[in-house]
Amino acid sequence: MEIQRKVKFEEELDHNFMNEVQELSFSEEISRCIQCGTCSSSCPLATYMDYTPRKIIAMVKDGFKDEVLKSFTPWLCASCYSCQVRCPSNIKIADIMYTLKREAIKANVYPAKFPIPALAQEMHKIIAKNGRNSELWLVLNMYLRLKNPFGPLKMASTGLNLIKTGRMSLKKEKIKNRKQLHSLLKAVMERAK
Amino acid sequence: MKEYIYYPGCSLKAGSKHYEESILPVFKEIGMPLEELEDWNCCGATAYFSVDDTMAAAISGRNLSLAEKTGKDIIAPCAGCYLTLKKNNKFLTSGHEKAQRILEDLKSANCEYNGTTKVVHPLEFLTKELGLDKIKEKVKNKLTNLKVASYYGCQLVRPYTDFDDPDYPVTLDNLMEAIGAEPVDYSAKTRCCGGSLAQTLDDIGAALNHFIIKEAKRKGADVIVTICPLCQFNLETMQGKIEKKYKEDLKMPILYFSQLMGLALGISKDDLGFSRSIISLKAMWEKIGNGGSNE
Repeated sequence: MEIQRKVKFEEELDHNFMNEVQELSFSEEISRCIQCGTCSSSCPLATYMDYTPRKIIAMVKDGFKDEVLKSFTPWLCASCYSCQVRCPSNIKIADIMYTLKREAIKANVYPAKFPIPALAQEMHKIIAKNGRNSELWLVLNMYLRLKNPFGPLKMASTGLNLIKTGRMSLKKEKIKNRKQLHSLLKAVMERAK
Repeated sequence: MKEYIYYPGCSLKAGSKHYEESILPVFKEIGMPLEELEDWNCCGATAYFSVDDTMAAAISGRNLSLAEKTGKDIIAPCAGCYLTLKKNNKFLTSGHEKAQRILEDLKSANCEYNGTTKVVHPLEFLTKELGLDKIKEKVKNKLTNLKVASYYGCQLVRPYTDFDDPDYPVTLDNLMEAIGAEPVDYSAKTRCCGGSLAQTLDDIGAALNHFIIKEAKRKGADVIVTICPLCQFNLETMQGKIEKKYKEDLKMPILYFSQLMGLALGISKDDLGFSRSIISLKAMWEKIGNGGSNE
């Protein structure tokens, strides 16, 4: 068995990471985290995460940038904000998870085979193009991106139930003034460059 | 009274048609017919915050601007849309340098936003602005005998809401009481259903939704009422998988609060989208009689 080295020398840490994350999340000072664990005990998904929210905050604070950005944890955050409303130090934990997702995409280190980042990016694309989401096409695009042709089978019985009750639509929903939306998104994007 | 414009969001036009099919007649019945916001775009939901928060604020800004031009405030029945529009509205009006730049971009794309639009959820309007007394006056069929678990989920009550408690909200329970139903004391009422994770990571989704349904069952609820399309969708469509995985019989009807409210206001059950239920409603109809239908 290969023993993984978990300790890090100080020079291997990113000392600016905490400040970056804090600023991008419009959060109170992350350094005020007292590691009480209220976030992890409030989180309905903590048991499925590779690092609990409390650990993620500690790792952000200490500059474990690579580990944090490669982690599944931000992608398992369902944004229910339980942690955020309960944090005694007013740290915006759910917003920090969003920042970590965006930074992981930017650095291209997110778990690419995991369906959640695929879902987010495909939905982003559909809406930027059409202005509205179409549930069926979103699911199909997601599995296409994951190169998983059998994925949709998992949803076959749900799909059948939706067809039976008239809740499935093949239509690609679109807004009328797509030109306006496109010029708005273009302006926002150009500024970001 | 302030006037409102209806922002449906994508779900109410697709998998959650019965939310729209019940909320519109209910608002008509209380004397406030809702008109749909012309050419609204998707709020961006959790996907936009995960990919690009500047774009997230921009596309919400377009909706807020469209509403501002009508002089009306937004009423958003989808809890996801409600949170997203509210969150971005707060940011756009914060005076932050980044927000100022987005406002400039909105202006140059011919959707100037001056920050005057408010975003309200129907539950907030019904219980806080219209008031339960007014609703009680309009009730024609009390839903006596029906035990309901009021499920709020997460996005409605956290973290941008000031009309109810983030952990143990009561407005939906009070509304159910006002229409004659009996709300059960429901500890899972704000536990997250997993949102968009539930369907794709279905083992996790099954565990999360199992707990929420089982807790309602243990409290003796006949139905769970929801205020969010994604909660309704997850709680209802995941039951098959949950029953197989946990070898339990659930068959818990998952309804929109507006469907039950419509029944109580005397709207025909045929006009409230009940036929879109995947779980059988037979036991519920036996309990509350014909529920105001024309049959």
